[in-house]
Amino acid sequence: MDETTVTATQDDTTVESDDLVEDELLVEEISIDGMCGVY
Amino acid sequence: MLDASLDLHPRVALRPEPFGALAYHYETRRLVFLKHPDVVRVIKALAAHDTVADALTACDIDRHRWASFDRALTSLYESEMLHDRCS
Amino acid sequence: MTAAASAPALVDQLKGGLDAPICLTWELTYACNLECVHCLSSSGRRDPHELSTAEAKAVLDELHDLQVFYINIGGGEPMIRRDFFELVEYSIAKGIGVKFSTNGAFIDATKARRLAAMDYLDIQISLDGTDAVTNDAVRGTGSYATAIAAMEHLRDAGFGEFKISVVVTRHNVDQLDRFKALADDYGAQLRITRLRPSGRGAESWHDLHPTQAQQRQIYEWLLAHGDRVLTGDSFFHLNALGDGSAGATLQGLNLCGAGRVVCLIDPVGDVYACPFVIHDEFKAGSVRDPGGFARIWTGSELFTELREPESAGACTSCGSYDACQGGCMAAKFFVGIPLDGPDPECVGGHGEDAMLTADGATLPRPMMDHSKPARVPVQLTRR
Repeated sequence: MDETTVTATQDDTTVESDDLVEDELLVEEISIDGMCGVY
Repeated sequence: MLDASLDLHPRVALRPEPFGALAYHYETRRLVFLKHPDVVRVIKALAAHDTVADALTACDIDRHRWASFDRALTSLYESEMLHDRCS
Repeated sequence: MTAAASAPALVDQLKGGLDAPICLTWELTYACNLECVHCLSSSGRRDPHELSTAEAKAVLDELHDLQVFYINIGGGEPMIRRDFFELVEYSIAKGIGVKFSTNGAFIDATKARRLAAMDYLDIQISLDGTDAVTNDAVRGTGSYATAIAAMEHLRDAGFGEFKISVVVTRHNVDQLDRFKALADDYGAQLRITRLRPSGRGAESWHDLHPTQAQQRQIYEWLLAHGDRVLTGDSFFHLNALGDGSAGATLQGLNLCGAGRVVCLIDPVGDVYACPFVIHDEFKAGSVRDPGGFARIWTGSELFTELREPESAGACTSCGSYDACQGGCMAAKFFVGIPLDGPDPECVGGHGEDAMLTADGATLPRPMMDHSKPARVPVQLTRR
């Protein structure tokens, strides 16, 4: 995997310990027809 | 989106669920899951604040999460669930 | 401040069920002018205990209070009910969108204009072949012409994008491109769905359901051409043919919605997990019971059970379980495979093995059959 250096001075796009938060998918669209069990 | 003034589209119904909410647009028939209660709080707070950033602050959203919220609100804007405030 | 946990995968959140259905199927009547060989509700004759107009409106009131966004109306042939328009208009007035499924026999030019003038209304015309020979073999003589006529009326009335809904069978799977072209011709959207061995479908399933090779054909066609094609997520079991990547996964939630996000209300007010399991085993209650529909959705034993985490059962050792979720319980139930067993159309072939051990004599039979009696030719004798 990528190696990351810890010397970043900018704040927004550097890898921080909470990668998890950056990847939060807070909304998800689904087709109103996209669920099994209706005509 | 952080500087935008947004409102929930009037044809959108917001239905609370244990994990957050469902948003359904009666005209476009798009259905979106709001997967975290914090997103729901922020959306409800939009009307009472000038900008998205103000709403995020008012809802105590950790700065680290603002990028995710920005993405989420942008996606809702693009699917017309949110629109620019008219006035 | 610690980061908030990432929201779990949507599918996992939905498996536990929602506070109200997202949408549901409502069969308004068992009466039908057709007798399709694969009819999932074994329709034909009206049931004497059908919900009255008042009872139906009471259900709509409940659905409104639950904030159900839209309903799929079907049957039988829903337009046969004299209060069809009254109920549709009532539903829309209450903010519940309506899509109804019809064979088109009752859509003339006047009705088409009336339907075109309505908001929040969608129509699904049933068609199972791109020519009369293919279609009528399943749906009856003249049914192809009837459907096309209805489509013509809708187009002439400026209805807009209605849907053409196809049940994919062994005999029409080669017509998918033509179905798409037909939909394009009418400004309609194509919808293809899976045949289940439900209702009268149980008798014809072994002859009609797609072969393994044809299932792959359906899967690949959907991936290549299915961008604007709806499926009602009914082919999620085919995702096991892919590698799990986004490009190899069919659109949809990829899970069985029965009792979790959808359900069925039948013409006499009985509530089932989905329209493909009209059988006591999957009956959750009746809207006529105290507490009505809401109590059934939130507290019935059956739905509570369906919302419990499921185990892979016999499919535990199979690497494809994540993709296929064990398939369709209706398909398993009516061919005699245990519900924790493989889907009869399992792309790995495990369903075929499972069916070999099913006992044909004890297959579940539908509890009700509203099929019209077979017409016996009358012998005329000379006096």
